Amino acid sequence: MTSEPAPQPGGLDARSLALRRTIIRMMAAGKRGHLGSACSLVEILRVLYDEVLRYDPANPRWPLRDRCILSKGHGCLALYAILADKGFFPTEELWKFCRADGILGGHPEHGKVPGVEASTGSLGHGLAIGIGFALHARHERAGHRVVVIMSDGEANEGSVWEAALCAAKHRLSHLTVLIDYNKQQSYGPTAEVCDLEPFADKWRAFGFSVEEADGHSLDALRSVLGRVPLDPRRPSAIICHTTKGKGIPVAEGNPEWHHKSKLTEEDAQGLLAALETA
Amino acid sequence: MRKVCLDMVYELAKQDPRVFFIGSDLGAGTLDSFKREMPERFFMEGVSEATVIGIAAGLALEGKIPYVNTIATFLTRRCFEQIAVDLCLHNANVRLIGNGGGLVYAPLGPTHLAIDDLAILRALPNMTIVAPADANEMRRCMRATLTHQGPLYIRLAKGGDPIVTSDTEPFTIGRAVLMREGADALLVTTGVTLQVALAAAALLREQGVEAAVLHLPTVKPLDAGTLIRHAAEVPAIVTVEEHTLMGGLGSAVVEALAEAGLAPAKRLKRIGIPDVFPDQYGSQASLMRRYGITAEHAAATVTGLLSGALREGAPSMTLEP
Repeated sequence: MTSEPAPQPGGLDARSLALRRTIIRMMAAGKRGHLGSACSLVEILRVLYDEVLRYDPANPRWPLRDRCILSKGHGCLALYAILADKGFFPTEELWKFCRADGILGGHPEHGKVPGVEASTGSLGHGLAIGIGFALHARHERAGHRVVVIMSDGEANEGSVWEAALCAAKHRLSHLTVLIDYNKQQSYGPTAEVCDLEPFADKWRAFGFSVEEADGHSLDALRSVLGRVPLDPRRPSAIICHTTKGKGIPVAEGNPEWHHKSKLTEEDAQGLLAALETA
Repeated sequence: MRKVCLDMVYELAKQDPRVFFIGSDLGAGTLDSFKREMPERFFMEGVSEATVIGIAAGLALEGKIPYVNTIATFLTRRCFEQIAVDLCLHNANVRLIGNGGGLVYAPLGPTHLAIDDLAILRALPNMTIVAPADANEMRRCMRATLTHQGPLYIRLAKGGDPIVTSDTEPFTIGRAVLMREGADALLVTTGVTLQVALAAAALLREQGVEAAVLHLPTVKPLDAGTLIRHAAEVPAIVTVEEHTLMGGLGSAVVEALAEAGLAPAKRLKRIGIPDVFPDQYGSQASLMRRYGITAEHAAATVTGLLSGALREGAPSMTLEP
């Protein structure tokens, strides 16, 4: 097992801060949201959508696009911020988060939100659906890739490991699993609620080629994603070491900010201020 | 019926390149010809039913038509959430073929009995449920599955079931079939209890009672219009199903009749499995006898209703200890 890479020194850059501001403002509009789960995910999604994935916001069903499933659907605030930024839907939709007249719910829905490949929210579903996408790509001899983004708590689900066996059997090297390993689940530390360690070894034992990276380092994410597939005969798993609530000191590693409801405008202003001074 | 069903999957796959097959850990040799001739569309993924459903959903979202096959209750009980979220929420064109609907696996015990599959799936939006009565109807039904939009569950019986339907009539998903006319009573059924209902109607005729038999090979969506039209014409209605009385065909029929305002005017009983896990092994036939899912009991229930001997509110039979 490799040791956890040390976080890169230095804070978040302007784009990472801007995406987090959008997340907080969406929460203010909807008065709720999974803040910690979204903030640990921002750099992973940013590097994917800025530099790795092929897609066309004007044609979300473009057959040659790479398929990206946010299996940890509760991290959708970060996904919505990115998809709006890329032009999949108008920015105004962001401010209708969780509203009856909006398309952006507390978990992302396929068919409602352009760019969302599968409806997720119940954990442990995305990998199997991603295998279906990957088998289709192989059958069509299409060159696109499939990326499934999971949470650490999600790996408590037996269905994840059932699907992992299947992905390895089919040697789906065009399938990549990214795990947002922020080490906090809803109740508390993953090490206490349901320990995943040795986590990388488990994925290796299940037939994946595994690397670990600092999930907030743009360089580290670029580097590892640039080397995918890590092995031409195996699916890849990239364990991204992250901080839950990254960028907002009060929320960092704090299970109270896993999900917040009844968020006031004053709370939101406090979060925005905290983000600027972090 | 099972053989015809799987043979049809093979035939459909030869016709249409969108057809895929995914099994769990089926018997050796299952669909060997499919595997040999179209190996890139044949998958056997192990005792991983939840994953199989997810894979099928992914393939369907890409425009394929996956046919999934395993033991019925391992689909409906174990994979309820995958069916609800991956298939029904996405309205995915996946066909679930459930082996051993009802009491087929009687010798194997309650873990293997699919006595609640219809109730479980009826609760899910977008789900369509079919239960053909024999191999002829299965063949016609399978042709209709190719163009159907949305997830579909196909309930299989034991196989070798007596042939009672024609092999020429078109099968329309969602349409009830009047198998026999009769002005004195209406027997309503689905799947292989059609044979029970037809035999009950024959027994009733010997007693001078003409019972109509309405077969509902599609349990959901229920052909309520046809049901209500025929129910309105008779004084007594008996439903017959190889399924728990909680939420299956009988429940669906009673709901439709009650909302149509017919229920107070009719004498009505449901025949099926009471709210228990079957406590005996034996055979499908012996368990059906135990729960009164027989022509004799159905006929007696009709005559009891007509004579007033069976009162509203009383069960149609009492279980022997």
